Amino acid sequence: MHYRITGLTLAAIGGASLPAAAGAQTLDLSIAIPQLKVAEYHRPYVAIWLEKEGAAPRTLQVWYDFDGNSKEGAGTKWLRDMRQWWRVVGRGMTFPADGVTGATRPAGSHKVTLVAGRGGMPALTPGNYKLMVEAAREVGGREVVTVPFTWNGTAARGTAKGTSELGAVTVSIKR
Amino acid sequence: MNFRKPLIAAAAIAAIAAPAAIAHRMWMVPSSTTVSGTDNWVTVDAAVSNDLFFFDHQPLRAVPLVTQPDGTEGKVENHNVGKFRATFDLHLTQQGTYKVAVVNEGVFGSYMLNGERKMLPRGTTAATLAAAIPAGATDVQTAENLSRNEIFITQGAPTATVFKASGKGIELAPITHPNDLVTNEPANFQFLKNGKPGAGLTVTVIPGGIRYRNDLKEQVLKTDAAGKVSIKWGDPGMYWVMVNEGGERPEGPGAGAQRPAGAAASGPAGPPRARVSYVTTLEVLAP
Repeated sequence: MHYRITGLTLAAIGGASLPAAAGAQTLDLSIAIPQLKVAEYHRPYVAIWLEKEGAAPRTLQVWYDFDGNSKEGAGTKWLRDMRQWWRVVGRGMTFPADGVTGATRPAGSHKVTLVAGRGGMPALTPGNYKLMVEAAREVGGREVVTVPFTWNGTAARGTAKGTSELGAVTVSIKR
Repeated sequence: MNFRKPLIAAAAIAAIAAPAAIAHRMWMVPSSTTVSGTDNWVTVDAAVSNDLFFFDHQPLRAVPLVTQPDGTEGKVENHNVGKFRATFDLHLTQQGTYKVAVVNEGVFGSYMLNGERKMLPRGTTAATLAAAIPAGATDVQTAENLSRNEIFITQGAPTATVFKASGKGIELAPITHPNDLVTNEPANFQFLKNGKPGAGLTVTVIPGGIRYRNDLKEQVLKTDAAGKVSIKWGDPGMYWVMVNEGGERPEGPGAGAQRPAGAAASGPAGPPRARVSYVTTLEVLAP
């Protein structure tokens, strides 16, 4: 299906409001999902999005049970539990969102490479950004990790660490 | 007791029959106020109680009216009235904000007949008023009562269709959407009275969970000249918000000090005032 991405998303950071920077920017993301010793473990739902002051936030990735039990709306039922992401941008989107949707991932370190102009990844204009990662786990907790970084047009790096549902989150961008 | 007119029964009890028990709070609490996806069910508890939100007194018997995001009427399913609470389900198939409303609209008052002061029966409405007053009645005193109890549930992104004012009683004209509340942002609402900005209305805000704390944590606020009020939240959770004209509720029967000398104990205390009120339950999330 086409046109999954809503108007809200299209008008976001990389959209018409901001001119696209030349050259393919590559964002390397590393996200650690901690191993938890709990009686009942489910992989967390994870949303990754980009915020920039004055620009609409942009969803980069959503990991959820999109192929799940259709009786529960193909997993969309619990997207709202990533409540900050849901409020900021998720609730305006249609699911599954092309180029953004992914399956849930097990504990461990996960690397994601995003190229500007593909999927949810916009071309970045210089400025201060926040890369946001929110994890919500069924019968578990929820955590948001914020990684601020400044894009100067050539390179940027940022890192932050969660304490419960997320481990280290590292962002590295180059062109 | 057998309530044949469920739409008016619950409010009638609190408002007319038992002035001493008006502290009872009427409420509806949905299982979710914010849902994602395209096809969801939400269930609602509806009750009248003192402690919020514990169903331990009376069910809210009325079958509510559901307005869907596109403005059409929705369906209440599996409505069940138990001893202490009513429950019902809503099937959400549209994107946007749903409204679930219990509106009690009626007439209360009294008349003199054969030298005795008689109360209008419970459940009297403007349409049945003429029939409710027997021939030979004198000194008829009536006033209208309009109470709204509304909750809002949003599937997907919030929408505003359901806030179209009817122009009757107190209504919510949100500035902050009632399904978009977080603890670190104040909520701004406008209240309308009969379709116009409701200046000087009393807004009472109480967080749920009363049973487990000593302090009621009640906020009593006033709307400004434009009918606007700003609410600062405490902890995340469900909040009960009640809006009325404030002050002592005008009481007809038994309002001791105002009772004319010589009037029977059940006599009125002068012409009753119209009563309008608005109640909603708001979920406030942690950011």
